[in-house]
Amino acid sequence: MEAIAFYVLAVLAVASAIVVIVHRNPVMSALALAVNLVTIAGFYLVLRAQFVALLQVIVYAGAILVLIVFVIMLLNLREELKARSPGTFQKWLGPILALVFAVVLGRAMLAHAAPSFPAPVPGFGTAAALGIDLFSRFYYPFEVVSLLLVVAMVGAVLLAKRRL
Amino acid sequence: MEPRLVLAVSAVLFTLGVLGVLLRRGAITILMSVELMLNAANLAFIAFSRQAGTAEGQIYVFFVMTLAAAEAAVGLAIVIALFRLKGTTDVDEVSLLKW
Amino acid sequence: MLKLIALIPLLPLLGVAVNGLWGARISRRAVGLVACGVVLASLLLSAGAVWELANLPPGERHTEVSIGTWLPLGEAAGVSRPLRIDWGFALDPISAVMILVVCGVGFLIHVYATGYMAHEEGFARFFTYMNLFVSMMLTLVLGSNLLVMFVGWEGVGLCSYLLIGFFYDRPFDERTGMSCADAGRKAFLTNRIGDFAFLIGVLYLATTFGTFGFREIAEAVAHGGHGGALLAGVGILLFIGACGKSAQIPLYVWLPDAMAGPTPVSALIHAATMVTAGVYMVTRMSALYAAAPAAMAVVAAVGAMTAIFAATMGVTATDIKKVLAYSTVSQLGYMFAAAGVGAYVAAMFHLMTHAFFKALLFLAAGSVIHGLAGEQDIRRMGGLREKMPATFRTFVVAALAIAGIVPLAGFFSKDEILWGAWASGNRGVWLVLATTAGVTAFYMWRLAFLVFYGKFRGDGHAWEHAHESPRSMTVPLIVLAALSVVGGWIGIPKVLTGSVDLNFFHRWLAPAVAGPGAHGAGEAAAHGAGTEVGLMALSLAIALAGIGLAFLVYRRKEGSADRLAVAFGPAYRTLRNLYWVDELYDAAVIRPFYALSRGFAAFDRIVVDGLVNAAGVGADITGQVVKLFQTGYVRNYALVFLAGAVAVLLYLASL
Repeated sequence: MEAIAFYVLAVLAVASAIVVIVHRNPVMSALALAVNLVTIAGFYLVLRAQFVALLQVIVYAGAILVLIVFVIMLLNLREELKARSPGTFQKWLGPILALVFAVVLGRAMLAHAAPSFPAPVPGFGTAAALGIDLFSRFYYPFEVVSLLLVVAMVGAVLLAKRRL
Repeated sequence: MEPRLVLAVSAVLFTLGVLGVLLRRGAITILMSVELMLNAANLAFIAFSRQAGTAEGQIYVFFVMTLAAAEAAVGLAIVIALFRLKGTTDVDEVSLLKW
Repeated sequence: MLKLIALIPLLPLLGVAVNGLWGARISRRAVGLVACGVVLASLLLSAGAVWELANLPPGERHTEVSIGTWLPLGEAAGVSRPLRIDWGFALDPISAVMILVVCGVGFLIHVYATGYMAHEEGFARFFTYMNLFVSMMLTLVLGSNLLVMFVGWEGVGLCSYLLIGFFYDRPFDERTGMSCADAGRKAFLTNRIGDFAFLIGVLYLATTFGTFGFREIAEAVAHGGHGGALLAGVGILLFIGACGKSAQIPLYVWLPDAMAGPTPVSALIHAATMVTAGVYMVTRMSALYAAAPAAMAVVAAVGAMTAIFAATMGVTATDIKKVLAYSTVSQLGYMFAAAGVGAYVAAMFHLMTHAFFKALLFLAAGSVIHGLAGEQDIRRMGGLREKMPATFRTFVVAALAIAGIVPLAGFFSKDEILWGAWASGNRGVWLVLATTAGVTAFYMWRLAFLVFYGKFRGDGHAWEHAHESPRSMTVPLIVLAALSVVGGWIGIPKVLTGSVDLNFFHRWLAPAVAGPGAHGAGEAAAHGAGTEVGLMALSLAIALAGIGLAFLVYRRKEGSADRLAVAFGPAYRTLRNLYWVDELYDAAVIRPFYALSRGFAAFDRIVVDGLVNAAGVGADITGQVVKLFQTGYVRNYALVFLAGAVAVLLYLASL
C-alpha cells in the first residue's frame, strides 16, 4: 500500500516539477508547483511525518503559492517570450553541470541510506512530539526565526512599496 | 519503499530545480524553481528523520519552511520592484551590474 | 665667570631670537643695537673669563662646564666604560685666544655692518644670520668634545651658506655665470666633502678611544698603545675636514666664490674666523698629530702648497675682494704649514694677527666698494686716497702688516712660522713660505697702488660720488688698524729682546699644545740666535723686495704691467684662469657626476618606472580579462555558483 502510494507520488512529483520548469506560462508553472507541493506533502504522510505534511499544505500551498499566483496576476504576466538563447555556454554547460551535481549529490545521500526504514517510534511525527522539541531544545532558533520573519516582512514592504 | 528511492526522488527534484534556475528567464519561474529545490531538500530531511527515528529532521524542515516563506516574500517584493522599474520580469534585462 | 662660559655662545642666540622673530617689526637701529649688544656681551664675558683663567697657575688653565647630557649612550664597542656625551664647554688658552678673536673682531665687524648694510634689504635677516654665526663659532671653539665642536662646525657652515647667498637674487661671476645663490651652494657642497671625511675621522676616534672629549683623547694618545697608521689615518681624515672648512687644496675653490656674500661676511667668516676653524681644530688635536708624523707631513705639505698656489692666483685677480680671498687662502696655508711643522703656537699667533689685518683689509675693501656704489673691479679704481683718507691709511697699515714689515703684527707671526719651519728642519717648507711672503707683499701692494694711487680709471660720475664711509664703518677700521700694529707685540721672539722674555703669547699657549709645539726659545738656543736674526732680516728683505717690485710695476712705470702680461703670456693666462682648476673640477668631477646622475635618472625612468608601469598595465590587462566573467546576467552567476557547489561536493565526496 505504501509502496504503491510512493510510486504514484514519485511519478506525479517528477512530472509536475518538469512542468514547472518547462512550461512557458507562469500561471501553469504555478499550478504545476501546487501539484508538486501537494505530492511532497503526500511523501511526508507516507514517511509518517503527519504534522509536517500538514504544515506543508498550509504554508506552501496555502500561503507561498497563493502569494506567487497573486503576484503573477498582479503583474499580469504573459507567456514568457521566446527565450533568447542564454548562450551556448550556459545552454550546454548548465545541464551537464546539473547532471554531475545530481549524480554526486545522489551518491552522497545514498551512501547514508539504510536498506529499509525501521519500525516507526510511537508518537513519531505528531504535533506533540515536535512541539516539545521545538519549545525546549530548539527554543532559541525558534525565536531567531521569528525575528527573521519580521525582517523579511519589513523588507518586503520596503521593497515593494512605491514610495515611502 | 526504501530510503534510497525517496532520496533518489529528492535528488531528481533538486536537479530539476537547479535546471529551472539555470535555464529560465522569468524571475517568478526562477523563484518557483528555488521552491522546488527547497522542497527536495525537505524531502531528504524527512526521509532521514524517518530512517533515524528522531525528530530533528522534521524540526529542520520546519525552519526551512519559515525561511522559504521569508524568501518568497522578499523575492516577490524584488520582482515587483523590478517590474516597476523595467516593465518586465526578465532577469536578463537587469544586467547593469557589470563592466 | 669661568662657570659662565656656556653663556658665551648662548648670548648671541638671544640676538638670533629677537632679530629673527621680531626683526621685521622693530627699527633698523634697534636691530643693530641688539645684534651688536649681544656680541659685546659675549665679548665682555669672554674677557672676564679669560682674565680669571690667566690668574690661574699655568698648569691649571683648563675649565670645563656641562650644561646637560646630550647623548647618554651605552657602552661603546670595545670600551668598558659607558659613553656619555655632554653639552660640554671648555676654556683653555687655545679657546681663550679664539673666543677673544671671534668676539672682538666679530663685534667690530657687527658695528661696521650696521653702516655697510644700512641701505640693503633684509637688514634684520642679515644680523640674524650674523648672530647665529657668532654663536656657532663660539660653540665650535668652546666645545669640550668633538661632537659639540661638530655642531658648531656645521652651524658655521650653514651660516656661511646663508650669508654667501644673502643676495640670492643677484648675479655674481660673469666668467662662470654664477649667481650668489650658486656661490653659496658651491661653498656648502664643497664643505660637505670635507665634513664627510671629518665626521668619519671623529667617529673613528670615538670608536678607538671610547670618548669624544678632547682632554680624554689627548690623554689616551699620550698613553700610547695605538697604531701609528691609525692615528695618521684619523689625522688625515680630520685634516680633510679642515681643508674643506679652511679652504686648502684641493677644496679651496669655494672661498673665492664666497666673496658673493656682503663684505662684512667676507671679513668675519671668510677671513677672520670660520675659515680658521680648521687651524684651530688641528691645534686642538695637536696631541694626536704629534703622535702621527705622517699626518703632520701631509698638513705641512698641503699648507705650503696652498700658500704659494693661492698667492700666485692673487697676483692676477682683478676683483678687489677676490685678491683678498686668494690672500686668505694663502695665509691659511701658512697657518697649516706652521701646524704641520709642529709650530702650533705660531699657527695660532698668525691666526690671531691674520684675523686683525685680514678683517681690516676686507672692511677697508668694503669701505671702498661702499664709497664707489658697488664697484669691485680694481681696473676701474685708482687715486682713492684723496677721497677716502681714513680707509686709505688703515688699508696701508694692513698691507704693511700682511707683507710682514717690522714692527707690525704680521711680521712677528709670519716670522715665527718661518723660523718654526726652518728650526724643525723643514727647509723646503721654509723656502716655499719665504717665497710666498714675497709674492704676498707684491700682490697686496699691487692692490694698494691700483686702488689708492694714480689716477681714477672709472667714469667721472663714480669719481664725483666717491665718498668716505660713515663713522660706524671707519671706527672699526681704525680699531683694527691699531690691533694690526700692536697685535704682534704680545709675541715678540726672545731672540730680539735678549734676557727679557716678552713672548707672552708663547708662554700662554705652549702648555696647552702638545709635542714640539714651542719652536721658540728652546730650539732657538740650539740653532743659534744668529741664524734666527739672519732669517728675520732675510724675510724682511723679501717683503720689501715684493713691495718694491709692485712699486716698480704699478707705480713708477704705469702700463708696464700690461707689457709684462704680454711678455709672459702663457703664465699670465694660466694665472688669470686660476690654473683652470675650476675647469678641471668641472671636467673631472662635475661632468662625470652629472653623467652618472643622468644614467641613474634614465635607469629610474626606464627600469624603475617601467616596472611600476608594467605592474599597472599587468593589473589592467588582468582586469580586462577577468571582467569578462562579470556579465551582469544572474543566470551566469548561478551557473558559476553551481560549478562551485559541484566542486565542493566532489571534494567532500573524495574525503
